[in-house]
Amino acid sequence: MRIRLKIWRQESNETSGRMESYELKDVNEEMSFLEMLDVLNEQLMEKGIRPVEFDHDCREGICGQCGVMINGEPHGPLQHTTTCQLHMRTFRDGAEIYIEPFRADAFPVKCDLKIDRSAFDRIIQSGGFISVDTGQAPEANTTRISVPVAESAFDSAACIGCGACVAACKNASAALFTSAKITHLVKLPQGQTEAQERVLKMVSQMDAEGFGHCTNTEACEAACPQEISVLNIARMNWEYNKAHIMRK
Amino acid sequence: MLDAKIPEGPLEEKWNYYKSHTKLVNPANRKKIDVIVVGTGLAGSAIAASLGEMGYRVKSFCFQDTARRAHSVAAQGGVNACKNYKNDGDSVFRMFYDTIKGGDFRSREANVYRLAECSANLIDQAVAQGVPFGREYAGYLNNRSFGGVQVSRTFYARGQTGQQLLLGAYQALMRQVHAGHVQLSTRHEMLELVVIDGKARGVIVRDLVTGALERHGAHAVVLATGGFGKIYFLSTLAMGCNGSAIWRAHKKGALIANPSWTQIHPTSLPQSGEYQSKLTLMSESLRNDGRIWVPKKEDDQRPPNQIPEEERDYYLERRYPAFGNLTPRDIASRAAKERIDAGYGIGPLKNAVYLDFSRAIGEQGEDKIREKYGNLFRMYQKITNVNAYTEPMRISPAAHFSMGGLWVDYELMTSIPGLYALGESNFADHGANRLGANSLLQACVDGYFIAPYTMANFLADEIRTGPIDTKHPAFEAAEEQVKAQLRMLENIQGKHPADYFHRNLGRVLYDKCGLSRSAAGLSSAIADIQQLRHDFYKQLYVPRGFAINTELEKAGRVADYLELGELMCHDALTRNESCGAHFREEYQTPDGEAMRNDKDFAFISAWEWQGANNPPLLHKEPLHFEFVTPTVRSYK
Ligand SMILES: Cc1cc2nc3c(=O)[nH]c(=O)nc-3n(C[C@H](O)[C@H](O)[C@H](O)COP(=O)(O)OP(=O)(O)OC[C@H]3O[C@@H](n4cnc5c(N)ncnc54)[C@H](O)[C@@H]3O)c2cc1C
Ligand code: FES
Repeated sequence: MRIRLKIWRQESNETSGRMESYELKDVNEEMSFLEMLDVLNEQLMEKGIRPVEFDHDCREGICGQCGVMINGEPHGPLQHTTTCQLHMRTFRDGAEIYIEPFRADAFPVKCDLKIDRSAFDRIIQSGGFISVDTGQAPEANTTRISVPVAESAFDSAACIGCGACVAACKNASAALFTSAKITHLVKLPQGQTEAQERVLKMVSQMDAEGFGHCTNTEACEAACPQEISVLNIARMNWEYNKAHIMRK
Repeated sequence: MLDAKIPEGPLEEKWNYYKSHTKLVNPANRKKIDVIVVGTGLAGSAIAASLGEMGYRVKSFCFQDTARRAHSVAAQGGVNACKNYKNDGDSVFRMFYDTIKGGDFRSREANVYRLAECSANLIDQAVAQGVPFGREYAGYLNNRSFGGVQVSRTFYARGQTGQQLLLGAYQALMRQVHAGHVQLSTRHEMLELVVIDGKARGVIVRDLVTGALERHGAHAVVLATGGFGKIYFLSTLAMGCNGSAIWRAHKKGALIANPSWTQIHPTSLPQSGEYQSKLTLMSESLRNDGRIWVPKKEDDQRPPNQIPEEERDYYLERRYPAFGNLTPRDIASRAAKERIDAGYGIGPLKNAVYLDFSRAIGEQGEDKIREKYGNLFRMYQKITNVNAYTEPMRISPAAHFSMGGLWVDYELMTSIPGLYALGESNFADHGANRLGANSLLQACVDGYFIAPYTMANFLADEIRTGPIDTKHPAFEAAEEQVKAQLRMLENIQGKHPADYFHRNLGRVLYDKCGLSRSAAGLSSAIADIQQLRHDFYKQLYVPRGFAINTELEKAGRVADYLELGELMCHDALTRNESCGAHFREEYQTPDGEAMRNDKDFAFISAWEWQGANNPPLLHKEPLHFEFVTPTVRSYK
């Protein structure tokens, strides 16, 4: 199939960017989206043009390193699918595809489609863990955890940290990412001791990073490759209010 | 002579004895000690976090944009531990025995026993961190069984066990970063090891955003840089996985052991075209309920559901009735290759076999199968557009795991004092074939429970050393060398990008140093690789002059692969026997089973670098079996 591409090109954080047009004549529909970009890059290099920089690693939808806006949608048109798992059969012959980086003040563009998502790491650093040193753990089966609790904690823990939720949100809010970690840990008995401190610190770090506020548009859930539910955000708000009240 | 430093005494007391006699570093002195950890996978995050908790000053590096993306994240199936929660006869000794046997009696007894011994603690640690393992309805932890064993000792978190374990380790690491005990640099690639007076004292890393080279000094260096199966180009590894960290350490004197022992995983998705960049794994756990078959008729074009039961060849059940579809990976992969090579392969490229769930769905219902493997079936559908609830999956063998790696002793120290290798980057525990769900375990156990003790034994003598000076001539020289190499790669300005050479190297290795090997094939592979390397340095194209430059990163990795690939072939060529994943066509029984040769080959091959134009030098570490008797590995 034949594909026309419009891709964001920006050499570095210091320079400004622009959209450039390219065309690929011989795209196999079994190719993944990123393999299509590989082919494009080979052709660009043959012409002496700097290849398009984009982030990716596992190419199987689990590491969370890939992620671009495809025709205005984070990770493209397929629901609950990362960019690396999107295949060209999703597009029709002759399609025009706009590719841009995830946009948010807290995610500065580094080069072309590569962005800096280290703000997510700092949110986790502020409290997204259970404080247990190596060697301190008790026998695992001393705490029973019912299947529904374990499964719902898992649902929240499944987040891959790709940032699609932020890119989808008109406020560039990181509420879904932050709340997923808070909910994962608070649902488990092991995570409850630090629950209050955790939610206060993580929410305050999220704000400090320059993410916007959540106004409940739920665009994040729709864009999330792991189907993380907005109920996590409700849980975070509840935990946050509870922590404030308890602290007084 | 290689000294593995195995403690004296009965098998079950060696590790305790070691722990109670090893040197310690007083808590007040730990903050005078710097440790570099390269890699943030399970092994790297676990050791960096553990050392940070103890009060050492740690610097940690990874090439991804965050530590949480290390390829441990992709492990699906599970992690083994002998808790014996199922009361089905599991014990430390049984797990040790299964692992030694699974590795075809080509690993050290003491190391493997310790792995089994520490396994139960890992589950405790992970649960305390909040890892949401699968549970039974009573709320206790659940288990599943995995290839190569007859007990259920595999813990799992749906099909995302690696992700959940890694997040636990990552969060522990983040906690130490916040506490100021670990300084983490993401998007940094280690390009050189610095050795001063015979000891590992630092690294040269490249900042992948600014392009700048940096020097970092420390009293000890840990490499936890994962496996190098990506050398085959098409593999189940991530695009950035590489052998560069261990290869550059190798060129500085660290020995590499058994480099040709690569696990080719039986259940990956087949290649569908030339453009393909990776092969996606379908977890081995699927073999618990899936049945593997090919048509009995050669070149059968009928869709699978139209091929009647009696015209299907369930070749694993036929050849290995005791283990059936759960035979170890090397055997399952070789059996698939045998059928594919004989002309019974299925799919458009005839390079696959079927993995069929119809019987399991019939017996247990679709819901039960969805509950167990829903995410895998969904992934399969995303990639292939096929619904595996109604039609069998197509699967095919793919390069997956490096049993070989840096040679380490019982303390996980390489042949360079102060340089440690943990996780998949070392060679230690899996012998010639790794059992499923044992390597997440090994990466974790190395990082959480072994290296924190064994490193202290070395670091105890470093408390008076003082900070390592990165102005030392050795740092100067290492940085210059890296700079010169990068400049040289950029300046070739030939016509082929790095992937071109990588793909060709992968083809040679699959063909001649993959599932089956022969002396003639290996010799010609060595010549092929030398030619390819020659062409690489004449024809490589790398865009010049950019700070962020993925092509330059790839070129450096491929340059190393082109040397490591040759070493793999030398390794396979000198081992005149078949064992585990290493199958030499000359050494097989009349019915095609591997023929091991304990008399002449019960040793670990540890290779020493002799310079680019000289053949590598082989050192042998003999394997002694005091506690088990090597038997012919039979899964019939
Ligand atoms: C698809 C797949 C599925 C698997 N499933 C299972 C399973 O179910 N059960 C099981 O037990 N095992 C499984 N394995 C194997 C297991 O996941 C790995 O062996 C294990 O996770 C390796 O961990 P590690 O910490 O050694 O390395 P990795 O997790 O690969 O981490 C390597 C780290 O090193 C860094 N690094 C590498 N090179 C450099 C460099 N030059 N400079 C800086 N940083 C560098 C990377 O950034 C990364 O942080 C699977 C493997 C794959 C590929
Ligand atoms: S590359 Fe890992 S999720 Fe897409």
